[in-house]
Amino acid sequence: MADTAHLTEMEDRKFTLNFGPQHPAAHGVLRMILDLDGEVVTRVDSHIGLLHRGTEKLLEYKTFLQGMPYFDRLDYCAPMNQEHAWCLAIEKLLGVTVPRRASLIRVLYSELGRIMSHLLNVGTGIMDVGALTPITWCFEEREKLCVFYERASGSRMHAAYFRPGGVHQDLPQALLDDLAEWCDDFPKMLDQVESLVTENRIFKQRMVDIGVVDEKTIMDWGFSGVMVRGSGFAWDLRRAQPYECYSELDFKIPVGRNGDNYDRYVCRMEEMRESTKIMQQCIELLAKEGPGPVLLPGSKMAPPRRAEMKNSMEALIHHFKLYTEGFHVPEGETYAAVEAPKGEFGVYLVSDGTNRPYRAKIRAPGYPHLQAMDHLCKGHMLADVSAVLGSLDIVFGEIDR
Amino acid sequence: MIDAEAIESLKDLGAHISARQPDAVRAADVVLGELTILAERDHVLGLLRFLRDDQQCNFETLIDVCGVDYPERTERFEVVYHLLSMRMNHRVRVRVQTSEETPVPSIVGLWPAANWFEREAFDMYGIQFSDHPDLRRILTDYGFEGYPLRKDFPLTGHYEVRYDDLEKRVVYEPVELAQEYRNFDFLSPWEGMTSQIPGDEKAEEVPE
Repeated sequence: MADTAHLTEMEDRKFTLNFGPQHPAAHGVLRMILDLDGEVVTRVDSHIGLLHRGTEKLLEYKTFLQGMPYFDRLDYCAPMNQEHAWCLAIEKLLGVTVPRRASLIRVLYSELGRIMSHLLNVGTGIMDVGALTPITWCFEEREKLCVFYERASGSRMHAAYFRPGGVHQDLPQALLDDLAEWCDDFPKMLDQVESLVTENRIFKQRMVDIGVVDEKTIMDWGFSGVMVRGSGFAWDLRRAQPYECYSELDFKIPVGRNGDNYDRYVCRMEEMRESTKIMQQCIELLAKEGPGPVLLPGSKMAPPRRAEMKNSMEALIHHFKLYTEGFHVPEGETYAAVEAPKGEFGVYLVSDGTNRPYRAKIRAPGYPHLQAMDHLCKGHMLADVSAVLGSLDIVFGEIDR
Repeated sequence: MIDAEAIESLKDLGAHISARQPDAVRAADVVLGELTILAERDHVLGLLRFLRDDQQCNFETLIDVCGVDYPERTERFEVVYHLLSMRMNHRVRVRVQTSEETPVPSIVGLWPAANWFEREAFDMYGIQFSDHPDLRRILTDYGFEGYPLRKDFPLTGHYEVRYDDLEKRVVYEPVELAQEYRNFDFLSPWEGMTSQIPGDEKAEEVPE
């Protein structure tokens, strides 16, 4: 009799818990079925796709230019970084190089996007483990960055600013001056957050040695970005396979040592400082090299100027054809990747020579990261699940697509 | 833009792979600075294991697995694998052809990361993967029917959902379009204009 009573007690400890899809720590619409043994997680079954919008299908029905704004809606924490991968893929098939000034502006705004994304992740990540102050500071800075987005593109979030062949419009000098000023002030705010959090005992208890990623995990589960760098590997596409003008810019690649949540948090903080330095260099270079074209001049990808359209019939026809038919991309296939804030964001593009992509596959970094949740959370406590999830930097726009 | 030296080394790598895996490799090309291998479906598992473990290849990270649909071919689907080597800093793309019924060997045993990617290809195209541990739908709705990324699947889909305030639940209904879906053909007619336009014959006439 005593034995059976013992058995039922063991059975009682096992239960299944539904987490999400509407949970503030689910970072969107993640639903997880958690199998628990007492408070210890034994299995995580993630159900995704609640935000699936069929982006890849829609892209097949739009011209290359019309497809571009869909990329803002993938990882909506750093919209321009996604646009960048799409533009790079198209440019690779077309075999064109963007003008120098456009390249600098692209890098400037990509790094700005990286800071936007990291601010959100660090802020909410800290909130997930119980500290409520830093997120308000992070969002205050993020708000300023949204304004910079708006001043460049007219939109706070869904910018649609990068174009195949460059960027849509040049930046006014006043905006560059304000950006430079912001870059000087921003590290002070990071110091404030660090003074509150980095050495905080409660924070460390929640983050150190949780969700450890080792070399085998990285290779098996297709990790990239901070998930790799947090474990001590200096792998960064900006350095390893440089695109745009990253090869001539001076920046460091922060790496962690233990590959746990805490190291990834520190990596992100350092990366924000490095991104600020890159932005400063870009602003300097933009000022030094002076004005120039920001979209391929004289190409079929750039719309003609308004004034020209008033006088030239050809310009008017070109404008009309560009925004209805769009440009044609030669037949072929390519894969272009950028170092997005969350990892390697890639676009596999197949073109059949018409004005629309035949197939566009979006490789989102969060997709393999989230997949490893089961592997990373096994044996951890229930409360660690949200800490690990926050540290993976998950955004559902890009996972569900 | 693309470094000539890098292309040479990729060509050498392609030759190395075809020499070591003659059964599996149908063709190896370097286009736009990217190495693409067209592989035999039945040998793809061995080829990918070779690519992962060989010292010269060392493609340890699986970047992506996806499907592509070419309805006019006898074997309509392609499964495309993208691999990356962080140590050697190079990439490769492996393409395999398959049909609706023929399964492709699953590579979950090589990379656990392939699990969701293969589930997605199954969900979107209906491509079958043999020996996959858990081939369920992943991105589409619970109880979804059809394969949305196939070229013959309509962009609007077959069903739409809405919240019914009387029944107090979400209801599924066949898609009802207020107007026909308009798929504009913007391809320029100017290059293709060879036939006569009404009135052209007058150009030949001698005015009286």
